[in-house]
Amino acid sequence: MIAMDETDISFFKDGLRLDGRREDQLRPIKMEVGVLARADGSCYIEMGGNKVIAAVYGPREVHPRHLQDVTRAIVRYRYNMASFSVEERKRPGPDRRSYELSKVSREALEPVILTNYFPRSVIDVFVEVLQADAGTRTAGINAAAVALADAGIPMKSMISSCAAGKVADTIVLDPMKEEDNFGQADLPIAMTPNGDITLMQMDGRLSIDEFHKAVEMAMKGAQDIYQMQRKALVDKYSQLEGEPHREEVQACD
Amino acid sequence: MTNVISEIKKDFIYNLVLKGERADGRSFDQYREISIERDVIRKAEGSALVKLGLSQVLVGIKMQPGEPFPDSPNRGVIITNAELVPLASPMFEPGPPNEVGIELARLVDRGVRESKAVNLEALCVIPGKQVWIIFIDVHILDDCGNILDAASLGAIAALLTTKVPANKFGLGEDYMLPVRDIPIATTAIEFNDVLMLDPGTDEESIANTKLTVISSTDGSICGMQKSGTGTLKPEQIYRIVDIACEKAKEIREKFLEV
Repeated sequence: MIAMDETDISFFKDGLRLDGRREDQLRPIKMEVGVLARADGSCYIEMGGNKVIAAVYGPREVHPRHLQDVTRAIVRYRYNMASFSVEERKRPGPDRRSYELSKVSREALEPVILTNYFPRSVIDVFVEVLQADAGTRTAGINAAAVALADAGIPMKSMISSCAAGKVADTIVLDPMKEEDNFGQADLPIAMTPNGDITLMQMDGRLSIDEFHKAVEMAMKGAQDIYQMQRKALVDKYSQLEGEPHREEVQACD
Repeated sequence: MTNVISEIKKDFIYNLVLKGERADGRSFDQYREISIERDVIRKAEGSALVKLGLSQVLVGIKMQPGEPFPDSPNRGVIITNAELVPLASPMFEPGPPNEVGIELARLVDRGVRESKAVNLEALCVIPGKQVWIIFIDVHILDDCGNILDAASLGAIAALLTTKVPANKFGLGEDYMLPVRDIPIATTAIEFNDVLMLDPGTDEESIANTKLTVISSTDGSICGMQKSGTGTLKPEQIYRIVDIACEKAKEIREKFLEV
């Protein structure tokens, strides 16, 4: 890695960011639902340079059994980075960062999952980061939420996640690698379309006013991502749209 | 790893909240009594025993010269660890740290790191070759709720008493660790749209959402984390941030600024 001083980089050129985005613009996003054959639900997402794939298995039997809860399903979330996903090879396997991200990501999704429908079972969410470019946890949560829906897990709503950051004293949406590495703050959130926040993290330094601005910007970004998630699901299941015939409903039973 | 709490106790706390009260008689934004004892471990370069009500956390600082990270050749290194030892709670088990312990350590670390409390540039001995490594080790002794705030308070209090052991390693005279900011973590729980600061164990187990705000001396925010399986409205977050920064200022002035 190249050692660089924060002041060495100029983050804006002619009012635009290094990749040509406006301050409040997301990176291009691509989503595909149902990309894995074995999983009960899956989703592949590209958010800028991030390539992340999420799979959902379950509800299924809990192993080890002592973890089971007689009143509800437990949710497990495993965030994992491929060793080749970053500039310098990452040692395979979980590290402290991925433990923390797995915990907060699980807690970002659990509020909307109707776990009480499936006592004594587990809903496993596996997230693999194939290519990382800042914002992998938000990409992972977005993909995981869609994969949960694809798996047919009953949910109160979708969860959409997006970060805001601060670079060169400016609040920006969805920071990319350079902005994240040499920026002044990073604030990932996740929320329901109603604006209930389920993930809230921050590091760096923000005044209270900047904090408000960053939260509002990230929430707007998440709202836009929600529309894309919705579209990705509708695209896959569009043949099921509209009133099904009664015979069809019976055939499903 | 949350405590099991009986429905009847839950009901009791819930009814108190409706009346605007807490089980131990505190107001919603009131901390339990705080005491900080410094330099309790002579073998450590710095240490502090923090009592937050009945919660007890001991933080020890050890320092040694070592290699810098390749991406920051002129900067000292901070390594934070937390041990949730089984003597501290019936819920803690021996073994490698679980995700709760890891999250705690990373949050304590985030406060110290993001506030730039320690002048890491001043801890460079030979650029690219030798820098000081600071080990912040958090030992939870008694978990009666809100150990995170106690641990971060312990970390900064211990850093403030830390003497760099230069003499021991043949690097000149010992000197005080250069500390230039005092980050304070303040945690609130949300329960029935009531925000409560400094939750005790029972309060922690009835609420499913916690928000920790770390603020620095100039009143800016340098870290934040929501934990738990609930949701928060942005307005609730803004309210917690306001109260938390206010409280952090009080704690900082009372206990850490000389």
